[in-house]
Amino acid sequence: MTAALAVALLLPPVHSSSGWAIASMIAAIVFFATLGDLLIASAMRRLDLDAIRAERGIAGASWAVVTNLRFVCGVLGMAGGFFSLLFALSHADVSLIGPASASLTFVSNAVAAKFFLHENVDGRRWAAALFVCLGVGLLSL
Amino acid sequence: MTTQRYLVLLIVAVTAPLGDTLLAVGMKQIGPVSLEHPALLLHAILNPSVAAGIALLIGFFASYTAALSWADLTFVLPTTSIGNVLIALLSRFWLHEHISASRWLGIALITMGVGFVANGSSYTEHAEPAAQPAFSGRTAGDL
Repeated sequence: MTAALAVALLLPPVHSSSGWAIASMIAAIVFFATLGDLLIASAMRRLDLDAIRAERGIAGASWAVVTNLRFVCGVLGMAGGFFSLLFALSHADVSLIGPASASLTFVSNAVAAKFFLHENVDGRRWAAALFVCLGVGLLSL
Repeated sequence: MTTQRYLVLLIVAVTAPLGDTLLAVGMKQIGPVSLEHPALLLHAILNPSVAAGIALLIGFFASYTAALSWADLTFVLPTTSIGNVLIALLSRFWLHEHISASRWLGIALITMGVGFVANGSSYTEHAEPAAQPAFSGRTAGDL
């Protein structure tokens, strides 16, 4: 995702969107990025890579991953997040879009992982998500 | 968690910010790319910095997906965010760039966040077996 920020630094800044429009763009980035992470994590959890690698080797395991429909949808979700980011960066400052989307994704991933992947998100992990969210926001400013 | 798995997490943490940095360096060398001249993007791939950045990001994605096969998403993401701290510290002590007080605070918060998850378990075990048989790849009901 930050690769998009690197490319966006080369684009001329545009400042014409309202607050709601910018919030919607940030929401779209966070949604697609979270969807991508969620589907890829789910795909990798369902595939028994150790067993596949023992049977068919590294190449077979790699093939099983890249032909998994859930994994492919996850990559498409990540691509959606990437292009949403590029779109948002053509409407608002990188100093707003970058930190906001990067840090909010940590929290949305924690929420989504708890409810969809049924991960054990205890107090320690909530605290980690919030601390990293704030930290990434401050680091990107 | 074995040493090999910590090494994979370290690769995830380091390759993403380094790859992004190399892409940014390469694209600054090439200059602005317009939609009227898309061939310039192909030329960009031949730039050593861009090529190295792409190689690192491919390594990042491979190690990231591998890590998600044996660790939770809520473990991998905060743990690997330490890469942002490493890059900030490298820029301070190697490139002698200025780091503001808010960035130092960000570094401290990320480090504390990583400390929270690193001390806990990395994987949530579920009661029901969720793994697919080794011979099955894509199926109609996969989603």
